[in-house]
Amino acid sequence: MNIHEYQAKKVLSKFGVATLLGKVATSSSEAREIAEEIGGEMWVVKAQVHAGGRGKAGGIKIAKTLDGVEELSKKILGMKLVTHQTGSEGKIVKKVYIEAAADIKKEYYLGIILDRQKEIPVMMASMEGGVEIEKVAAETPEKIIKIDIDPFIGLRDFQARMLAFKLGFKNKQIKYFVKFAKALYSAYLEMDGSLVEINPMVLLEDDSLIALDAKMGFDDNALFRHNDIVAMRDFEEEDPMEVEAGKYGLNYVKLEGNVGCMVNGAGLAMSTMDIIKYEGGEPANFLDVGGGANAETVAKGLEIILKDKNVKAIFINIFGGIVRCDRIAKGIIKATKNISIEIPIIVRLDGTNAKEAVDILNKSKISKLIPATDLQDGARKSVKFAKENY
Amino acid sequence: MSILVDKNSKVVVQGFTGKEGSFHAEQCLDYGTNIVAGVTPGKGGSDHLGVPVFNTVREAVIKQKANVSLIFVPPAFASDAIMEASDAGIEIVVCITEGIPIKDMVIVKKYLQKNNTILIGPNCPGIITPEEAKIGIMPGFVFRKGKVGLISKSGTLTYEAANQIVNAGYGISTAIGIGGDPIIGYSFIDLLKRFENDEDTEAIVMIGEIGGDLEIQAAKYIKENITKPVVAFIAGQTAPKGKRMGHAGAIIAGSKGTAKEKIDALKKANVNVAETAAKIGDTIKKVLK
Repeated sequence: MNIHEYQAKKVLSKFGVATLLGKVATSSSEAREIAEEIGGEMWVVKAQVHAGGRGKAGGIKIAKTLDGVEELSKKILGMKLVTHQTGSEGKIVKKVYIEAAADIKKEYYLGIILDRQKEIPVMMASMEGGVEIEKVAAETPEKIIKIDIDPFIGLRDFQARMLAFKLGFKNKQIKYFVKFAKALYSAYLEMDGSLVEINPMVLLEDDSLIALDAKMGFDDNALFRHNDIVAMRDFEEEDPMEVEAGKYGLNYVKLEGNVGCMVNGAGLAMSTMDIIKYEGGEPANFLDVGGGANAETVAKGLEIILKDKNVKAIFINIFGGIVRCDRIAKGIIKATKNISIEIPIIVRLDGTNAKEAVDILNKSKISKLIPATDLQDGARKSVKFAKENY
Repeated sequence: MSILVDKNSKVVVQGFTGKEGSFHAEQCLDYGTNIVAGVTPGKGGSDHLGVPVFNTVREAVIKQKANVSLIFVPPAFASDAIMEASDAGIEIVVCITEGIPIKDMVIVKKYLQKNNTILIGPNCPGIITPEEAKIGIMPGFVFRKGKVGLISKSGTLTYEAANQIVNAGYGISTAIGIGGDPIIGYSFIDLLKRFENDEDTEAIVMIGEIGGDLEIQAAKYIKENITKPVVAFIAGQTAPKGKRMGHAGAIIAGSKGTAKEKIDALKKANVNVAETAAKIGDTIKKVLK
């Protein structure tokens, strides 16, 4: 799960990571009030969307008057922000963060992520701050310094000092950096972060360090112990169909094609998409009904797939292990009673109780159902029917 | 022969009396798995499904000589259950639980190194040595005894592959679901090594998917160490980009973990890569002819 910059800063500051004064606004008049409250002579108006590269795309602007804050907020709120991370469809800005401006001496990068190979967290730092870190990593990987963190002893002072020296910090800057880095690790650890990125972390004129931008991602598996983070979820940043599917324990991702898929298990679901493509078709979605699939979730899954008007045929591919095929069959029948289905549904059921399931479907006499003997047969038929139905 | 587990494995089920644990333990018993004990803290001294229940794994090890554990404990407590099994001296821990926090698994992995415990999973279907022991949640009837070793990151795709291998006229020596989480126990390389040394395994099927770089490491290992024919399939060639890990993850891994990258690496290691999931059976037929 991801959160906005303003939320990440709130979380991080609780752990002692220094940030500038700021508040979030949903209207330009509110933005002005906040700027007045913050005081000073310069403010930054920052678009709040779940994507990097906002500055380049025109989502971050500096205002030198309160009128300027209001004007810029008006402009940014509602704009479609297209960055290298949003894709061409972009993201509509619904909130702006109004922040005090600061005197910046130098910008750095500091982040923590899990190293999947070493299976421990790693802290990464670079003097190339404020730019796309993926670009730095690709072009000049030597400019990224990494420190392995032993989960049993955490990030130690000496490790943070090592980073500080390599980043060129001197005198009291070193002490500030050690404090900053350790606070960042505490936040990552305590909050079950999947990623924390401060880009840039900036050195101010008075030698202190602050997080000018902040990005936090969280381990979905650990959300059960972080109700405060769950409450920060912004559903408007997510695809409404995916959110709807999630309520029923379904994992759905919309794609561009016309063959809808409903499968149990993520691996088999991906393989089903792959084989549809291999057979000359285009999958319309990824849909994993999961291990707990029952008649209701299957019916809901069909309903969600059918909302996509591009879909010309549906391939239901189930290999029953824990999931019993007869339950899936009942779900299909239940769905056809509630919604009128006008496109062919190719059904392949194998594994636990497959025979019973096929009997149930045969007895139902639903005209749009087309049985498939195996994965290959199902994929071919789905692609063929989708083309004919087009 | 087989790898890791057989009819002599003495299994203790953790989370034995819960809904999931009861359901699957019963299926394992029906299959013929030698379940010698169950553990549910607070229910020690009772019987469940005709098997004695203990309060701790240590008791199950001392009194019943359990050496393999099968875990159905809910995600919040599963890491503790794995460490309890390891501490009690269990040799092989099979964790079915889905949704264990990554932070917990980081600690588990470090701890297991200390005791040399083998972990399979979490978030996996388990292990099966057909006609001997089913230690997991897979539909047992799909897996017939034979000479093909099967290693897979995915659950249902494992069943699909086993079904095709059986339909092609072959069978399974042992099948292991290693799980698809970012941090898992035994991985492709550990199991490839064991299948290479197993007299009764003639060919190995490995099923991977996008994300991480375990398959790339496996490809390197196969090229240098494996003499038996290997068939592979990688799921996710058409997977949407948004589902992959963030950019910072790609920086650490040194690769993006795409299906194409993995397929290319495997092909370079002379692995027979099935073009689609429907061709796993045909491909094994080709290499075993």
